[in-house]
Amino acid sequence: MNQTEFLDKVLPFKDKVYRLAKRLLVSSDEAEDATQELYLKLWKNKSKIEGYRNVEAFAMTMTKNYCLDQLKSKRASNLSLVHSNYTDGNNSLQKEIEIKDSTNIIKEMINNLPEKQKIIIQLRDIENYEFKEIEKIMEMEPTAIRVTLSRARKTIREQFIKKQNYGIV
Amino acid sequence: MELYKIEELLEKYFAAETNLQEENLLKEFFSKEDVPIYLEKYKSLFNYFTNSNLDNSNETVTLPKNNYRSRWLSIAAMLIFTISIFTFYQKNEREKKDARLAFEQTQKALDLIAFSLNKGNNAIAQLETFETTQNRIFNK
Repeated sequence: MNQTEFLDKVLPFKDKVYRLAKRLLVSSDEAEDATQELYLKLWKNKSKIEGYRNVEAFAMTMTKNYCLDQLKSKRASNLSLVHSNYTDGNNSLQKEIEIKDSTNIIKEMINNLPEKQKIIIQLRDIENYEFKEIEKIMEMEPTAIRVTLSRARKTIREQFIKKQNYGIV
Repeated sequence: MELYKIEELLEKYFAAETNLQEENLLKEFFSKEDVPIYLEKYKSLFNYFTNSNLDNSNETVTLPKNNYRSRWLSIAAMLIFTISIFTFYQKNEREKKDARLAFEQTQKALDLIAFSLNKGNNAIAQLETFETTQNRIFNK
């Protein structure tokens, strides 16, 4: 497989890779880096790719694993900052202002979900993947995926309604 | 679409039992302006999902250049390196040889001069004896 053939095969889902990376790593710079890194990895594994029927699911799994590894090593290197990563009601002023916008509220809520829920919400509600594909990407059982997804959606709904009732919006 | 159906779909949605089609119906419904007030709280949620699809990566993917070329390049670099070292070594050897030859030739020339000078010295020594004998004869 030469480079153009390879790119024809893998570039169509580049934005999905980027968005998943951004969902997990938050900063768009890091997401761009992760995307680049992932494509290098795919290129190195191009002989394997030819055997896969669903390259996209394979790439998304790799993205997920890569970003989770990134997060793990980041957490290991700055343990002291762990607390500032959580929003526990005592948000700084700047964050408070950011959150005023309803789009940002939802983004914050999704970002505060546990990683698995975050990824599944991203894959299902934003990228519109079928459950079958999500099973492949997440390497999880179908029922486990539905439970996780339902839990994530309900958490968002609860928090959202709570915020609206307190009039923070 | 009837509102009760939307409510039903919402229930299914939060139980993660909707299929993609139904989810698209929900997204469509909440993208419209005339959402009843009691459902308005979900509007921003579904609109967020719809709009998040538009956030695209701006950087182009760059892959390493063709492998063959870089391999040949490294082979060529190695060849040039060994050849240059070899020629440098050879040149060095030749210079050493030349220097030795020059040294030998100079030495020979110097030997010749020394030999000739010594010849002269012997003659002078003879002259000296001649002079002393002469002095003895004439001064008496």
